[in-house]
Amino acid sequence: MLDLIVIGGGPAGLAAACSAWEGGAKNIVIVERDRELGGILNQCIHNGFGLHYFQEELTGPEYAGRFIRMLKSTGVEVRLDTMVLDVTEEKEVHIVSAAEGYRVLRAKAVILAMGCRERARGAISIPGSRPAGIFTAGAAQRYVNIEGRMVGSRILILGSGDIGLIMARRMTLEGAKVLACVELMPYSGGLNRNIVQCLQDFGIPLYLSHTIVDIKGNARVEQVTIARVDARRKPIPGTEKIFNCDTVLLSVGLIPENELSKKAGIRLDRRTNGPVVCENMETSVPGIFACGNVVHVHDLVDFVTAESQRAGAAAAEYIARGERPGCDVLELTNGDGVAYTVPQRIRRSGVKKSAEVFFRVSRVCGRSTLCVRCGDGDIAEFKRDHLAPGEMEHIVLPKALLEKCGSGNLTISVKEVSHD
Amino acid sequence: MTELICIVCPRGCHLKVDEENGFSVTGNSCPRGAEYGRAELTNPTRVVTSTVRVEGALHPRCPVKTNVPIPKKLVFEAVRALNGVCLEAPIAAGQIVVKNVCGTGADFIATRNLERR
Ligand SMILES: Cc1cc2nc3c(=O)[nH]c(=O)nc-3n(C[C@H](O)[C@H](O)[C@H](O)COP(=O)(O)OP(=O)(O)OC[C@H]3O[C@@H](n4cnc5c(N)ncnc54)[C@H](O)[C@@H]3O)c2cc1C
Ligand code: SF4
Repeated sequence: MLDLIVIGGGPAGLAAACSAWEGGAKNIVIVERDRELGGILNQCIHNGFGLHYFQEELTGPEYAGRFIRMLKSTGVEVRLDTMVLDVTEEKEVHIVSAAEGYRVLRAKAVILAMGCRERARGAISIPGSRPAGIFTAGAAQRYVNIEGRMVGSRILILGSGDIGLIMARRMTLEGAKVLACVELMPYSGGLNRNIVQCLQDFGIPLYLSHTIVDIKGNARVEQVTIARVDARRKPIPGTEKIFNCDTVLLSVGLIPENELSKKAGIRLDRRTNGPVVCENMETSVPGIFACGNVVHVHDLVDFVTAESQRAGAAAAEYIARGERPGCDVLELTNGDGVAYTVPQRIRRSGVKKSAEVFFRVSRVCGRSTLCVRCGDGDIAEFKRDHLAPGEMEHIVLPKALLEKCGSGNLTISVKEVSHD
Repeated sequence: MTELICIVCPRGCHLKVDEENGFSVTGNSCPRGAEYGRAELTNPTRVVTSTVRVEGALHPRCPVKTNVPIPKKLVFEAVRALNGVCLEAPIAAGQIVVKNVCGTGADFIATRNLERR
């Protein structure tokens, strides 16, 4: 029997495995379906990673490289080119690889670190014909950055998520013409810095409150029509604009990859599409932990690392000491203006010095107060100058504070003080 | 007075730069923001990332970056300097790929290891 199986060798799996090793777990295996470690970071060749964790600005491959080096100094075993097919509540992990065929591994604990996948055209139902030339931005990123193949020459981007913005710049530098970035919402889904350095730097227009209403083309995309949308996000007739282009990139959101979690009978949260987790990243199945984009979509890898280190340390503790009683539970709920929280549950006995809570707001706000309410009293307030759905927020709740509040629910909400 | 969004870190502070007053910056949460605001209006610079061809490795491309920011107006020229460059695996992260890019003094360096296979 192994101590720990980590599913996924991206930044989440790497950090979790290193921390579990440091925490005393010894028989650890990382299972990764790709030919190399590093996950999505291998294709994110731009810089902007590691400012929090390493205090310097690294590219994705450099950030991954540092953790791969750290992992090499441990005794963690890595199985590449190996796909996990199934995980059970009993912590049996079914794997398959070309080299060894089908096998079942057993462990005392499991960490889920499978990352997320991109929403594709089907998930957002774009009208029009079905020619070639429509890619998710992440797939295009892989073709261009890893395989060295261009995906098109006149490009329209639907959705202003970070991957789409990063690809707007990348394709421009590679000689393509990026005609516009079109966003359904009245605000961008990506980081402000990416709007500036990926669109504005190159004079690429951003159409907010717009969507694609038609795609024309026989074999390949030839023409795309966009239109402004009203407050109910319905296209407004007469506002159409036509672009002649050969490629559409979709950057319309990421979904945590939880097929395996479902099979293991793990409780999922409808708001995050990821597992419900406790303060130490344990799921509803004792001994199965989750971290990184499989839990909720992160915009900063530094937070993935921090969260995964917590999961790794907690798994090591679980392996050493077995199940921990989880009776004294605070349930976290999202109040006005908050879309979700991670963790969703805090077991007070499991909190060391403090509990970190991550969340996203559901609308753009100016100067605001984040209120933490327990029962009918506010127990803490945090000030922010600016809040946006594209930027993950986090607050730290000290143990002393959690002990003061009674039992029941903690609600986090936003009160806007002034709009910018 | 020019309003800018600081791109130095993901926080994205809203800066105001006063050109008439020695490019003094307000709205920044840390000194790097002040430095960025001043530089952006006097001599804007960017780190450039791209890829080059590589032979004998797991992948046909190797990611690269300029080891220091270069003037923004030279970004396209810098990327063109990578055309036709072909590396031979093994590659070590940090290895110089193009020296003194467009006379800026910056070098393009590899940003990952690629073993020979
Ligand atoms: C395009 C893009 C741009 C980004 N830009 C930035 C940025 O500028 N700055 C920043 O800080 N952050 C950025 N991020 C965010 C950051 O990179 C991610 O949050 C982080 O990589 C998530 O790590 P992860 O390990 O959870 O997931 P991943 O990196 O996706 O790793 C998951 C791994 O699990 C493996 N896996 C999945 N299912 C299985 C299975 N069944 N069996 C075996 N293996 C499996 C996958 O192959 C993959 O290697 C960006 C993300 C993306 C997608
Ligand atoms: S001013 Fe400082 S904190 Fe604000 S975005 Fe710039 S670097 Fe980040």
